[in-house]
Amino acid sequence: MNLHLYVTQAFAQHALIAAALVAVMCGVIGPFVISRGMAFAVHGTSELAFTGAAAGLLIANNPIAGAFGGAAIVATLLATLGGRERERDATIGVVLAFGLGIGVLLLSHYHGFATAATNILFGNIFGVSAGQLLLLLGIGIAVLVGMLGIYRPLLFASVDPDVAMARGIPVRLLSLAFLFMLALTVTAAAQVVGTLLVLSLAITPAAAAQRLATRPLTITLLSIGFALVASVGGLLASLASGNVKPSIFVTVISFGLYVFARVIGPSRTRR
Amino acid sequence: MTQKTHSRADARELIRLDDASLVRNGHAVWEHISTSICAGEFIAVLGPNGSGKTSLLKALLGLLPLDRGTIQIDGRPPRRGNRRIGYIPQQKNFDPYVPIRGRDLVQLGVDGHQYGLTTNPKAAAHVNKIIREVGAAKYANTPIGLLSGGEQQRLRIAQALVSEPDMLLCDEPLLSLDLASQRSITKLIHDYRTRTNAAVLFVTHEINPVLPWVDRVLYLANGRWVIDTPDNVLQAKTLTNLYGTPVEVVRIKDRVLVVGAEDAAEAGVHHHQEEV
Repeated sequence: MNLHLYVTQAFAQHALIAAALVAVMCGVIGPFVISRGMAFAVHGTSELAFTGAAAGLLIANNPIAGAFGGAAIVATLLATLGGRERERDATIGVVLAFGLGIGVLLLSHYHGFATAATNILFGNIFGVSAGQLLLLLGIGIAVLVGMLGIYRPLLFASVDPDVAMARGIPVRLLSLAFLFMLALTVTAAAQVVGTLLVLSLAITPAAAAQRLATRPLTITLLSIGFALVASVGGLLASLASGNVKPSIFVTVISFGLYVFARVIGPSRTRR
Repeated sequence: MTQKTHSRADARELIRLDDASLVRNGHAVWEHISTSICAGEFIAVLGPNGSGKTSLLKALLGLLPLDRGTIQIDGRPPRRGNRRIGYIPQQKNFDPYVPIRGRDLVQLGVDGHQYGLTTNPKAAAHVNKIIREVGAAKYANTPIGLLSGGEQQRLRIAQALVSEPDMLLCDEPLLSLDLASQRSITKLIHDYRTRTNAAVLFVTHEINPVLPWVDRVLYLANGRWVIDTPDNVLQAKTLTNLYGTPVEVVRIKDRVLVVGAEDAAEAGVHHHQEEV
C-alpha cells in the first residue's frame, strides 16, 4: 500500500503525533541521562514499566496505565533507596531482576491476544487510541514544561553538584524531579519502541549529539532533532514496508545517526 | 619571611563566629571558635584530615547547622545561596564527557540558580571579561573535561568571581595541581582580594604555596583551634599545644614544614572523614 494513503488514516496520524511527541521528550531528557550517568536507570525503569504493563494488561486490560504505574513505583523506589551512583546501580539491578521475573509470571497468566506481550516489549504505536493519545499528550506537555523550567539548575546540579549545592540549588529535590520526569518519558517512549528498546530514543540521539556539539543548548537541540528523525522516520519506514514493526526502523535509524556522528564528529581531543 | 598583615583596625568585619561548635557522632569536630574575619583578609585554614575544615566552609555557606554558638555573615545568619559568597571547590577533574564548555561553567555562575529560560543579555559580556581576567580565553570554548587540572581550576575561579562576591571560600583548590599551577591559582585569588577587598578563607593541606599572601592562619586539630599570624601559629610550641603531642616546625629557606602533625592526627582520638 502507498505511504501517502496511510498518512491520511487516523491510526497513522495518531501514531505520528505520538512518535514526534515522544521524540521531543527523549531528546530533551537524553543529554541529562548521559551527564548524570543514568543509562542503567533508564533501562531499569523501562523494564519495570514492562512489569507494570503486564500487570495492567492482566488486571484492567490497560497496559499503558499499568506501565506508567510501574515506572512511577520505580522512580519512587530509586529516589528513596538509591544514594550514591554505585549503590543506585546495584539497587536498580536488584529491583530490575525481580521485577522482570514478576512481569513474566504475570504474562504467563494472561490468555488474551498473543501479540499483547510482544507489543509491550517492542512497542505498538499503531494501536494508540485517541484516549491514549490524549494521555500521552498531557504527560508529554507536563514533562516538557517541567524540563524547561528546571533546565538551568538541573544542568548546574548535574555537571557540578558541589558548587550547585553551595549556591543554594536544591540538588536532591531536582534529582527527584528529574527521576519522575525520566520515568514518565521512558514509559511514553516505550509505547513507540517498546520497553526493551527505549534506550534507542533516550540515549542514542543524545550520545550522537554530544559527538557533534559542545554547547549545552546545541546538544539538546541536536538530540531532539536526531530523536525526531529516528522516531518519525522509523514510523514512516514501517508504514512503507508494510509489516515490519516501527521499533526496528527506529533503532536502526537511531544507531545509524550515532555511527554517522562518530565518523564525521571531531575527535574528542583538545582544540 | 615577608608578612603582609592587613591593618584590621579600619577594615569591615564580614564573618563573625561566636562560640561556634560542631558535633558529629558525639564528638566535637571543633568547638568554641570565636573570631572575626575582616574585608581584605586572606585566611589560610589548616589542619589534618577530619579536623572539620570543609565542615567550617559548609557552615559558613549555610549548608550545615552549628550545634552551639552562632555564625554571622555581615551581621546576618548564614543562608544557602548567598550571592555575596563565592565558593571554589576541591580540585576534582571533570569527566571528559561532561557536556559543557569552560564558558558554560562560568555562565552557570551567573544564572545557574535561575529557573526558566530567560537570560540576561549583559551576562555574556561579563562572562567574557572574567574569562579574560583569569587568562582562560584561549580554552574557554573547549569541552571542560578535556582541559588540564590547572585550566579547569582557573575556570572554576572565574565561575566563583563572576558574581563579584565579597567573601571567597576555597576548599583545597590546589589539590593535585603542579607547582606552577598552584602558584598561579593562588595569585589569581590574591589579586582578586587586593582589587576588591574581598575576604578569603582558603582551606589547604599545603601551606607553602599560599604563605606569601596569608594574613592569618586558622589551624584546626583534635577539636581545638588557634588563629593568629603565620609566624605565631606555625611554631612548635603552638602546634604541640594544639595537637597535644610533640610537633616540630622546620623552616628551610622560605618553606615551612610541620613534622609529626599527621602522625599526631592519625593517633588522635576522633578521626573522622571530611565528608558530610
